[in-house]
Amino acid sequence: MSARQITLEVLRYRPESESEPVFQTYTVPCEKEWVVLDALNYVKDHLDRSLSYRWSCHMAVCGSCGMVINGDPMLSCKAFLRDLPDHIRVEPLNNFPIERDLVVVLDDFMDKLKSVKPYLIPRQPAPEAGGTYRQSAAQLKKFKPFTMCINCLACYSVCPQYGLNEGFAGPAALALAHRYNTDSRDQGRRAREDVVASNTGIWECTFVGACSEVCPKDVDPAAAIQQTKIASTMDYFKDLLMPRKNGKGGNGKQAAGNNR
Amino acid sequence: MTNRPYVRPMPASWWLRQGRYVRYMIREATCLFIGLHALVLLLGVYRLTQGRDAFDAFLAALWGPAGQVMSAVILLMAAVHSVTWFNLTPKAMPLWIGDAKAPGWVIVGAHYAGWFVVSAAVLFLAGGAS
Repeated sequence: MSARQITLEVLRYRPESESEPVFQTYTVPCEKEWVVLDALNYVKDHLDRSLSYRWSCHMAVCGSCGMVINGDPMLSCKAFLRDLPDHIRVEPLNNFPIERDLVVVLDDFMDKLKSVKPYLIPRQPAPEAGGTYRQSAAQLKKFKPFTMCINCLACYSVCPQYGLNEGFAGPAALALAHRYNTDSRDQGRRAREDVVASNTGIWECTFVGACSEVCPKDVDPAAAIQQTKIASTMDYFKDLLMPRKNGKGGNGKQAAGNNR
Repeated sequence: MTNRPYVRPMPASWWLRQGRYVRYMIREATCLFIGLHALVLLLGVYRLTQGRDAFDAFLAALWGPAGQVMSAVILLMAAVHSVTWFNLTPKAMPLWIGDAKAPGWVIVGAHYAGWFVVSAAVLFLAGGAS
C-alpha cells in the first residue's frame, strides 16, 4: 500500500549557525489519520533529529503545539492532514521571537498572564468547615466558555494589535481576566483593572476579531474584551455620577468594583 | 534559552496578508466616510448662517453630479459600516434570557429594527418639513 506523500516546508532557525530563519523541505509518507504533529514527529524520528518544536499531549488539551500552518495559527495535533493540501508550510507562531525552529519565546505572555491576576480572589473568606464556594449552574454558564483557554497563543499569533504594540496585554490574558471578573465567587475586578482597563489592556483592542476566529477551543476572546469594555465604560460613568465612598473612587479612571 | 531569539519584523503591508485583515481594514476605513458626511452636514449648517443664497448654492452643489456621486459613495460606505458593526454586536452585548443566551440574530435584528425606526422617523420629519 502506498502512503500519501506530503511536502512539509518548515521554517528553521538555528541561532548558532544562522542569522535568520530559512525554510527546509521534507517529504513525508503519511497515514490517513495523521495530524501535522505526526508528520513533524516522523521528520524528527526518521529524517532530521535536529528539528525543534513543542508538544506534549497530542489531544488538544495542553496547548503546547500551537504553530502557523499554511498561514493560520492552529494546534498541530488538531490539524488533520486529510483537511490539508499535499504541500504544507509550517512556521512558528507569529508575533513572538523565535527561540529555535518552531519554538517561540513565551516570556512576554507569561508576564502578561500573571499581570491580570488569573486566579480567584474570593468574595468571602473560605467557607466554614472547609466547605466549597457555592455557585449555581446558571452562574457557571455565564463564564464557562472563557475558562476553556489552554494558552496555545494562536490568538496572539493572529492579533495585529499585539504584533504592532508589544505592550498590549493580548487576547488570552484579557479573556482570562474577564473569566474571573464574571465569576460569581470573585471580587478581584478592582485589583485587575489597573492592567485590564488601561491603555495597554482592553482599549488597545480594535476588535479585529481574528483571535476568536482561530481559537481552537472556541473561547471567543474578542467577545470577552468587548464585554469588558462595556463594563468598564459603565463603571466610568457610574464613578462620574456617584464617586465611590471607599477605595480609589471618583476620578473616573478607576472602575467600580463588585456590581455584578 | 538562546541569546539570539529572532524577531520577525511586521511589515506595513501586514493587513494584505489575510482576507480577514483586509475586511477589518475596510470596516475601519468606512468611518472616514461617516466623518466626511458629518463635515458635509456641518458645512450645510455653516452655509445656512450665511443666508438663503449661500444655503441654496450649497444645496445646488449637493444635487450636482459630483455631489450625487459623493452622496452615493457615502451611503454605500455607511451601509457597509452599519452592517459590519451590527453583525458584531452579539459578541459585545450578549443577551441572557433567564439561563439561556439569546441567539445572535435577535441582537443583530434588534439593531436593524432600531435602524429602521430611526430612519423612518427621519424620513417622516424630513418629508413633513418640505
